[in-house]
Parts: sequence; C-alpha cells; structure tokens
Amino acid sequence: MVAGINLVALRAVCVKRRSKLILGPVSLDLKGSGLTIVLGPNGAGKTTFLKVLHGIERISSGSVQWSMAERSVRRTQSYVFQRPVMLRRTVRQNLAYPMKLLGQQASKIDEHVIYWANQIGLTEMLNSPATRLSGGEKQKLALGRALIRKPKILFLDEPCANLDGRSTREIETLLLSANSSGTRIIMATHDLGQSRRLATDVVFLLNGQVHEQGPAEDILCSPQTSEAKAFLKGEIVE
Amino acid sequence: MNEIWAGIVEAFRLIITLDRDLFEITLRSLQVSMSALVIACIFALPFGTWLAIRRFRFRRLTIATLNALMGLPPVVVGLIVYLLLSRSGPFGVLGLLFTPTAMIIAQVIIITPLIASLTHQAMRELWAEYHDLLISLNTTSRQRILTLIWDGRRALLTGALAGFGRAIGEVGAIMIVGGNIDHATRVLTTAIALETGKGDFALALGLGFVLIALALLVNFAIHTLSRTEQEGTW
Ligand SMILES: Nc1ncnc2c1ncn2[C@@H]1O[C@H](COP(=O)(O)OP(=O)(O)O)[C@@H](O)[C@H]1O
Ligand SMILES: [Mg+2]
Repeated sequence: MVAGINLVALRAVCVKRRSKLILGPVSLDLKGSGLTIVLGPNGAGKTTFLKVLHGIERISSGSVQWSMAERSVRRTQSYVFQRPVMLRRTVRQNLAYPMKLLGQQASKIDEHVIYWANQIGLTEMLNSPATRLSGGEKQKLALGRALIRKPKILFLDEPCANLDGRSTREIETLLLSANSSGTRIIMATHDLGQSRRLATDVVFLLNGQVHEQGPAEDILCSPQTSEAKAFLKGEIVE
Repeated sequence: MNEIWAGIVEAFRLIITLDRDLFEITLRSLQVSMSALVIACIFALPFGTWLAIRRFRFRRLTIATLNALMGLPPVVVGLIVYLLLSRSGPFGVLGLLFTPTAMIIAQVIIITPLIASLTHQAMRELWAEYHDLLISLNTTSRQRILTLIWDGRRALLTGALAGFGRAIGEVGAIMIVGGNIDHATRVLTTAIALETGKGDFALALGLGFVLIALALLVNFAIHTLSRTEQEGTW
C-alpha cells in the first residue's frame, strides 16, 4: 500500500437504530498508511463507526467505498472487539482458529502459533483455557489472534480500557511494531494519553458526528471546534 | 415387609449371577434407547443449532411448537404410532407393530423435541457470545455450525443424556407399540410393570435396581459435564 493514497471513502454515511440517528451523516477519507485514532467520549459512536468500516454494521444510507476489491475487503481485515471474544478453547486453539478457517497446513499453523504466543507473552499459557485468562491476557490473545491473519487493516475497539499500565504498554508496543511493518491501524479510544502516544491522525467523534479530522499534531495541539477543545482540555463533554 | 426383604436379596442374587432374563432385558432396553438416541440426535442437534443462528419468518412459531411437542404425553405418542403402524394403518404393510423398531420410532418421537430444544437453548447462548467474532472472520455457514457444535459439545452431550434418560425410563408408549412380548420386545420398564402385577417382586426389584443404576449414571454424567463446563476445564 502506497502512503498517501486513499484507503476508504465514506460519503454521507448514516446509521439509524429504532429511528434514532446514532451515527452520521459522516463523510471522510482515510489514507493508506498510519495509525488512526478514533477519539471521543462514551456513546460518541466510536464502536458503530469502526463496525461500519469493517462492514459488520448495517448502514441506513450513504456509501463506504474501499480502494481494494469488494471481495477481499473483509478477508484482509482483523477486528479486536471492545469485549474480547474468547472461544471456549485453549489459548493455542484460539490462536490457531483463524488459520484453520483458511485451511492452512498444521505445521505452518504450529509455527505461527508459537511465534505469536511469544509475541503476546502467553507461551506459558498455551494450553490453558482462554476463558480463564485475566482481562489483559484476554486482550493480548485477541490481538495475537487478529495479527496472526496478517491483516492489511487492523481495527481495535478500546483495547486498553480497564487495563493497568503494564498491559497497556505491552499492547501499545505490539501495535507500534505491527504498524511499522505495514499494518494499517484504526483504533477507538477515549484515552487522550494513548492518542498522543500512538496517533498519526485523529478522527474526533461526538454524538455520532465527526467534529474534527486530520494529522495528530494539528488536532491534539490546536483543535478548531469548541467541543474538541473542551475534550482535549480534559473537560467532560457529552 | 418380609416379602420385600426376600425380594431385595433375590434381586441382588439375580444381578450378581448375571441372570439370563435380567441380562437379556437390560440389553434390549439399552439397544432400543441407544438407537432412539442416535437417530434423535441426528435430527435434533443440527436442527437445534440451525434454529439458534438463523432468523426466518416462522422462527418463534417453530420454537413454540418445539416446546409444546416436548410436553407430549408418551402414552398419546404410543397411541398415534400404534394407529400408524397397525395392520389397517398407513404403514401397516411394513409389519413393524410389536417389534423393537416400533419402540425405537416411538422413543425417537418422544425425545427429539427435548434434545432439539435443549440444543437450541445452549447454542443460542454460545452464538450470542461468538456472533461478532465469527462474522468478522468471514466464516461460512458450515464453519459456524461446526464451530458451535464443537465448542458446545458438552452442552449437547448433556442434552443427549437427558434424552437418553427420558427414553430408558419411559413405559407408556413402548408398552403400547411393543406389546411387552417375552424375548422380543420386553424391556426394563415394561418388565417391571408386568412382574409387579404378577407379584414377582424379586425380578421386578432386580430390574428396578438396574434401571436406577442407569439413571444415576446418566445424572452423574450430566452433573460432571456441567461442572467441567462452568469451570472451563477441557
Ligand atoms: N443496537 C443499538 N440500538 C440502539 N442504540 C444503539 C445501538 N447500538 C448503539 N446504540 C447507541 O448508539 C450510540 C453510540 O454507541 P457506540 O457506537 O457504542 O458508542 P461508543 O463506542 O463511542 O461508546 C450510543 O448512544 C448507544 O446507546
Ligand atoms: Mg464502544
């Protein structure tokens, strides 16, 4: 993917549930590289926005146009949910699952599972049931299971909410290294510090509307709208 | 009281010496109920799973019907199967009445709704948990059903065991369609009914102990399974 080329274009996207507008109208373009932070308070529509991009949330009107062929869009993307979904299997089997779905060779799967277990620091736990891991370990497993598919695009929905500093640092390190080896990352958070540490560009969401979008330094240092200014100052915005 | 005590002693003798009648009847009971279980599972497991993950127009009605069928009185099932299989009935030419096959048919009808309903409940829960991930990973319908059945296998086995327990302890329907014929269609429950009527408490009690042992075994297995499920041990 060439830097600077548009990756996806949203045009007047609206999501309505029970006749209430929960997202939109949103029109924006995302570039082909970098780490985009979708920033906003709870209920701003971050989850809905990510799910629309990933194609697992029905849109009521508007269009989402990816630069790649329709068929390969979902196949080249991974998504880490706000509450990580753990298969009722061992850590090893959770990691292997996406590769098994693609019908890959057992020896190749084993090799990747061992590599990623090491990356996420769960080598010792390979044979433990995933449902018994701690919150941070579950998030790391979900991240490993997302990265093992070698996605072009990785969505993360508040992966560090409720985690302590150490787990957060480990996850951020994994994200930065995936990003620098070419994985496009689009991540929702309401954590300002995390945005400052990771973002190359920011989409600021509030009440289902995009209030600001642009390079991280512009938005985080000199926001234009009063809502973004207030949020960045640490005030409570709703 | 003496009679009952003597019955208990005799019952143990029959069990310990592997009495031929007792052995034959127990074996037939297991054969009939196991066959019914396997056939019922072939229908009920995929159907219950499918019902959990598919949205379609008459879904609620189908589930309500399933739950209603679960409450069918076995005696009525027996009567209906009898009418269908009797010489003048639509399937009379097959000559199945008063054979173990007829008993299997009746038991399949009795336990299929139960197993399907339990499967549906368990799979609905699991699907709610897995839904987002399986959609995101672009799985095919086949992959989804296989994943759910595999990861829900303990719950499914529990449902199957409940079905087996119901089948092996059932008496009304198989009495009607099997006829309780010695060396042909006599099983544990029908034999107990007969021997009690005749006043032969020894054999009745011996059969009863075997039945209780089987029921306990099934319940113990269900209990163990649901505990490993909760504790997340594999
Ligand atoms: N299925 C739904 N039906 C009705 N309202 C919903 C549904 N999903 C989300 N919402 C509402 O949409 C808004 C945005 O939700 P969400 O995208 O989850 O926000 P965020 O992830 O930023 O916290 C919230 O006000 C939420 O209550
Ligand atoms: Mg959210």
